[in-house]
Amino acid sequence: MSEKEKKQDTKKNNAGKIFLEELSKSPLTLTILAIFSGLLLGGLLVAVTSVEVYQAFDVSFWEGIKSGASAAWSTYEALFYGSVGNPGKIIDAIKGGQAEDIRRAFNPFFESLVVSTPYIFAGLAVALGFRAGLFNIGAEGQIYIGAVTTVIAALYLKGLPSIIHVPISLLAGFIGGGLWGFVPGLLKATTGGHEVINTIMMNYIAFRVSDYLLRGPLKNPEGYSPVSAPIEESARLFRFFDSPIRFHIGFFIALLVAYLVYLLLFKTTWGFTLRTVGANPRGAKYAGMNIMTSTIIAMVLSGGLAGLAGANEVLGVNHNLAVAFSSGYGFDAIALALLGKSNPIGVVLAAIMFGFLRNGAIQMQLSAGIPIDIISVLQAFILTFIAAPAIIRTIYRLKEPDMDLDAVTLRGWGGN
Amino acid sequence: MKPILELKGITKRFPGVLANDKIDLTLKKGEIHALLGENGAGKSTLMNILYGLYDPDEGEIFVNGEKISVSSPRDAITRGIGMVHQHFMLVPVFTVTDNVMLGDETTRVGGFLDRKSPAARIREISDEYSLEVDPNSYVRDLPVGVQQRVEIIKLLYREADILILDEPTAVLTPQEVDELFTIMRSLVDNGKSIIFITHKLREVLTFADRITVIRGGKVVGTTTPKEANQNDLAAMMVGREVSLEVDKKPAQVKDKVLEVKDLVVLDDLNHVAVNKVSFDVHGGEILGIAGVQGNGQTELVKAITGLSHPTDGKMNLMKQDITRANPRKITEIGSAHIPEDRQQDGLVLTASIADNLVLNTYYLEPFAKNVLIQEDKVLENAESLIGKFDIRTPSALIPVGSLSGGNQQKVIVGREFSRPIKFLVAAQPTRGLDVGSIEYIHIRLLEKRDAGCAILLVSTELDEIMELSDRIAVMFEGEIIAVVDAEGATKEQIGLLMAGVVEA
Repeated sequence: MSEKEKKQDTKKNNAGKIFLEELSKSPLTLTILAIFSGLLLGGLLVAVTSVEVYQAFDVSFWEGIKSGASAAWSTYEALFYGSVGNPGKIIDAIKGGQAEDIRRAFNPFFESLVVSTPYIFAGLAVALGFRAGLFNIGAEGQIYIGAVTTVIAALYLKGLPSIIHVPISLLAGFIGGGLWGFVPGLLKATTGGHEVINTIMMNYIAFRVSDYLLRGPLKNPEGYSPVSAPIEESARLFRFFDSPIRFHIGFFIALLVAYLVYLLLFKTTWGFTLRTVGANPRGAKYAGMNIMTSTIIAMVLSGGLAGLAGANEVLGVNHNLAVAFSSGYGFDAIALALLGKSNPIGVVLAAIMFGFLRNGAIQMQLSAGIPIDIISVLQAFILTFIAAPAIIRTIYRLKEPDMDLDAVTLRGWGGN
Repeated sequence: MKPILELKGITKRFPGVLANDKIDLTLKKGEIHALLGENGAGKSTLMNILYGLYDPDEGEIFVNGEKISVSSPRDAITRGIGMVHQHFMLVPVFTVTDNVMLGDETTRVGGFLDRKSPAARIREISDEYSLEVDPNSYVRDLPVGVQQRVEIIKLLYREADILILDEPTAVLTPQEVDELFTIMRSLVDNGKSIIFITHKLREVLTFADRITVIRGGKVVGTTTPKEANQNDLAAMMVGREVSLEVDKKPAQVKDKVLEVKDLVVLDDLNHVAVNKVSFDVHGGEILGIAGVQGNGQTELVKAITGLSHPTDGKMNLMKQDITRANPRKITEIGSAHIPEDRQQDGLVLTASIADNLVLNTYYLEPFAKNVLIQEDKVLENAESLIGKFDIRTPSALIPVGSLSGGNQQKVIVGREFSRPIKFLVAAQPTRGLDVGSIEYIHIRLLEKRDAGCAILLVSTELDEIMELSDRIAVMFEGEIIAVVDAEGATKEQIGLLMAGVVEA
């Protein structure tokens, strides 16, 4: 008690200062400022690339500034409407009382969550790899193979009740992706072959395998394009609302999986082993851990999680498998894992952010005529700031943090 | 006579640390001046200021009575100040001549390198100070002691009058140390002046003309070997009385714990590093393995602890065959290992102290129930070991990498000693630690011995081996060339054995 009082006493006069100092050391502050700076630069980019702004500058400097600000503003307004929804429309729809109008008004928000879902799975896949000291570049390929095995289970198993068919189809996706992770994992553990190279190679194999299957055995016999037949009703993930809202239970499955990954990594002896091998393989060997097994298991789990992203798209969104159905989720996942500091909670937040940005961007392009690429640039800005925290620290004069307990070192490069 | 070098009121602040606090130091012409202090006392900072790597916040430097400012090593060398770093700055694939002229090359017309005249100059210097260095040999082929002389030649070649030697004896065999001191003597006899940085008390007393002790960034005092003894100096360094001679009871030797027979181990390059080595370690004794670094000790320890497998021979621990056992099996039989490289092998630097304290027991009760880690038990264990082993840390949850070297070692010792062990391998257990921590680790090792544990101590520090061991095995080129009783063994005898000299 007295000790506590003493502590408070000494801290009282500079409590504000200490709070600011702690705030300035917090990694969250850094992330928020990185996003903020990214948005700022993105706005600037919109302003300097729009013709109206230059025309306004011809009138007067002040007009130019105003026009630039309004261009940036309308971009972000469109982004917001596209990703969250237009508040005006929402109010009107509720007043009108038409169910379909209400669904339409709320659709942007739910659609963002739909886009976020595969990001969560894939981000977790790469993050788990990072934690185990593995750089899984192969999430994209694992997504494709996961989708292929899922669609096989969802197409050819017939007459099952949903409660069985859905889990089996998800499991099929996990196994497919896991198999695609197992191969580079085994190569790494037994021959030392670098997982970066091997997962990239496995990507190419996966793309071509799925192409072949969709043009051959898996192709819908009633169609002309390389698309599979629609999957069985019983294998589809439950949708909460009627059209056009596609929001399905996959989002909550993703959250549950994120929680399981968190438990595995931080609460179990398996996770302890994986993280130790990832942080210091020599120390792990000294402590009696089996590095080969750990490497293989980590790659299988990582691949399996990516496979779930593929399964989710097939079972929840598309209800079939098409060529090039994944628009680089597996590659964005690397960024997500970095953004989320390879922490499942961080990855979920980063994935949701990406989902909103991506979905909003489509609307933005339609309504404000801003090219969708601006979002890629925006993401790149944010990631650069996250990856090079010194920039943010210098701009905002933040304190150097104490040694980061959560620091995940990427040993992948440079051999080990 | 004016001193050749004078430092007045040198002060250097780093964020949160006062590394040098108004340090005064005088170097007379032709003297060997020892700068003594623990790791982190501020010796290196002071020398880096003198060498132009840091700017002092306050204070003045005088050379031959003239005030100077040193802003770069190049500045320092033009003022006649040169430094031999603890880790040599040599290019192994270059010849001695190339290394010496590097950064100060002589060229012929057209920009072609002139190697002849530097080589001649090096030969001259080598003869003058009896350094015995061949300018045409490649550095990678030279023994460590000779490489050090190449570093000294680099300075003499640039006509340095003041030589700073940073921990010059750390990498040398006892014989090489003697040679180095002969060379240092011949240097000062020829008018050079030397500052040598060390934390080894014995050397200071034998070879220095004057001694300045630094603690916590301040000069504690300046003395001479005549006026001081080891205990005084240790007390000055640490700031309290330190017992240098550990109180060692006679060994109560018990049953055989480890039996090694005809062991052959290859190194990473598949060369035979350990060649048909046989020995036993009994409960209640410390077997010291003496030897110059790189004579197979590292590979021997790896094989005994299961980190690598021998290609031939047999090992039994507590009557169980461990020849091809993995580290976990060996640990579970009741063995502990203080690894040579504590940061690479012994710890996960980014993980918390608490996690590191259960690094090899995390999967066992009470730290885990089935596969679930019991965080409260892990934390309880950490709190208790932090207290018991005096690990100085604000919390059990900070990364172990943020601790000082001595405290990191205490984490390892605490972890390894907290299990009921029958056998302990301690490889270089005090390397790089300060006097206070060394004393602590030594006491703990003897406690374990007296409790009946069999201890294999591997160390390149002869003093440590002599002080702690009951028997001493000397390794040379992968073989154990002699096992002697520590009682009655002399330093000279062991030193000669370490150099491979076996009396007929």
